[in-house]
Amino acid sequence: MAANTTGTTSAADPVHKPSPRTAVPHARRKRSRNPIGVFGTLSHVALAIWAILIIGPIVWTFLASFKTNTEIFGDALTLPASYGWDAWGRAWEKAHIGQYMLNTVFVVACSTAGTMLLGSMAAYVLARYKFPGNRAVYYLFVSGMTFPVFLALVPLFFVVRNLGLIDTHLGVILVYIAYSLPFTVFFLSAFFKTLPTSVAEAAMMDGCSHTRTFFQIMMPMAKPGLISITIFNILGQWNQYLLPIVLLSGNVEDKWLITQGVANISTSAGYEADWPGMFAALSMAIIPVMVVYIVFQRQIQSGLTSGAVK
Amino acid sequence: MRHDKYPLKAGAPSGGRPLLARVRNSKYPFIVGFLIAPVVLYVVFVISPYIQAFQIALTNWKGISATPQFIGLENFTRLFEDEVFWAAVRHHGVLLLVVPLATIAIALFFSFLLNLSGGQKGAGMTGIWGSKFYRVVFFLPQVLAVAIVGVLFQAIYRPDETGVINSMLAKVGVEPIGWLIDPDLALWSIMGVMIWQAVGFYVVLFSAGMSSIPKDVFEAAALDGAGRFTLFFRITLPLLWDTMQVAWVYLGIAAFDAFALVQVLSVDRGGPDNATTVLPLEIWRTAFNFSKFGYASAMGVALFFMTITFAALTLRVTRRERIEF
Repeated sequence: MAANTTGTTSAADPVHKPSPRTAVPHARRKRSRNPIGVFGTLSHVALAIWAILIIGPIVWTFLASFKTNTEIFGDALTLPASYGWDAWGRAWEKAHIGQYMLNTVFVVACSTAGTMLLGSMAAYVLARYKFPGNRAVYYLFVSGMTFPVFLALVPLFFVVRNLGLIDTHLGVILVYIAYSLPFTVFFLSAFFKTLPTSVAEAAMMDGCSHTRTFFQIMMPMAKPGLISITIFNILGQWNQYLLPIVLLSGNVEDKWLITQGVANISTSAGYEADWPGMFAALSMAIIPVMVVYIVFQRQIQSGLTSGAVK
Repeated sequence: MRHDKYPLKAGAPSGGRPLLARVRNSKYPFIVGFLIAPVVLYVVFVISPYIQAFQIALTNWKGISATPQFIGLENFTRLFEDEVFWAAVRHHGVLLLVVPLATIAIALFFSFLLNLSGGQKGAGMTGIWGSKFYRVVFFLPQVLAVAIVGVLFQAIYRPDETGVINSMLAKVGVEPIGWLIDPDLALWSIMGVMIWQAVGFYVVLFSAGMSSIPKDVFEAAALDGAGRFTLFFRITLPLLWDTMQVAWVYLGIAAFDAFALVQVLSVDRGGPDNATTVLPLEIWRTAFNFSKFGYASAMGVALFFMTITFAALTLRVTRRERIEF
């Protein structure tokens, strides 16, 4: 029976009628093939529209940085007449974008390194060692993710001020690390829990200290998780806006980070009427992030979803 | 092979190892050593400010040099009568309703297209051609700083003919629209930007959720004659419920934020005429422009309670039996 009825609808075969189960899907598949064509086109149209909505503004900004002032105030949809880089030069020099970039690279590098070091140390201990207070400390860290930063804004300003760290990069770095710890500890401790204990036990039997085990054995084993979280921290800290404007006041413009710098340029561009410069600054702020994203997008997407999807 | 220097003796407590070896390899100094730096940093910069915020909210602290006086719940009574506060809360309400709904609906639609609309091929459902490219592009706005996105959209939303949207409208003969200066439109324009930025993240999230559904479920349903749409509504959606719950909570929390966008995009920081102000913006203004620290902290406490209530309510109301697979 199986040999005669798999796959084929032999309508002419009176003896071995195809069983209903195999006949119906085949007929359905045939019937629904036509609507697939229309639906498929519509889907592509919808997806393409959204893709244009995303790429469009960014490309427009990029092109606008090549225009002159008068061109910008003309029709927004024309291409620039010439592709000079002077707006970019102006943004780098006069608007100090170069300075802001360097500041941001320095701050983000230090604070991501600090976050990953301290976060993984804490997460490792919390994930693999039993001691009184383990759960309390863990929940202390994780609960930080549920509080809005705005609640702590005013006291934070004063804490940093009393420590003499207002208007310094060190203050910003320490605050970034502290506020990135909940997220980092949460994800990394879940990750460390999945590492096998056998390797660590073998190492300790051979006389390896806890510290050496951690740095030389467990950390290399945790590399994929560490890479994802590092990328998250870099992106998150690079894009911070609220903390820099609270912690780095207008007195230290040369210390500013790039997000506050660009936002400030947008207001002053109105006064100085240098819109191409502003768009150049915007492009300069977007391009490094885009490059990092495109290079690492697989790690970002997989790291992100492994935590949130059960 | 290295012999174990201190072979474990059966029956002896602590394995029979000499005291020095036990202490040297004991875990407590290690634990403390590893925990002390992160915990101290965290307590100083995160926990203590959060606790202090509640304290400050009960004072009338008005300036860096002024001394705070305890005034109990007076800040909160004043908050109840503050027009601007209630305007901000109303805006949060609108954000809370529209942004999660729109983002999740659009993201689900695109996830469906990217994952399941290709019809049945072999052992499972596949997405439409080019889904990898779309997924990379859609996620891009998420990696941009919110402030940067705000400045980017300033040019797009420009109210005269030079704005990008208005230029396109002009080509079809429509008058330029004041996207950000019309009090009725301003909040919606800002919400559009929020949705623009958020959709990609949730497309990725839902795609991951969809790919974690085992293929046999789809196969079985398809064998029983289910078409693509039936499959989506009767099978994929219910199985994605957990992920959608997470998405709703995250988006709701973002709806209570919106600081960077409103600050950069809106006229007069929350205008026009307080038509777009949100609580985080008010907190920042009250604290750093008017130096009314006590009042600002009270607003922070109110914001905190609203966020927590929303999260708890959502998790409770949308709770369903966990489907294990």
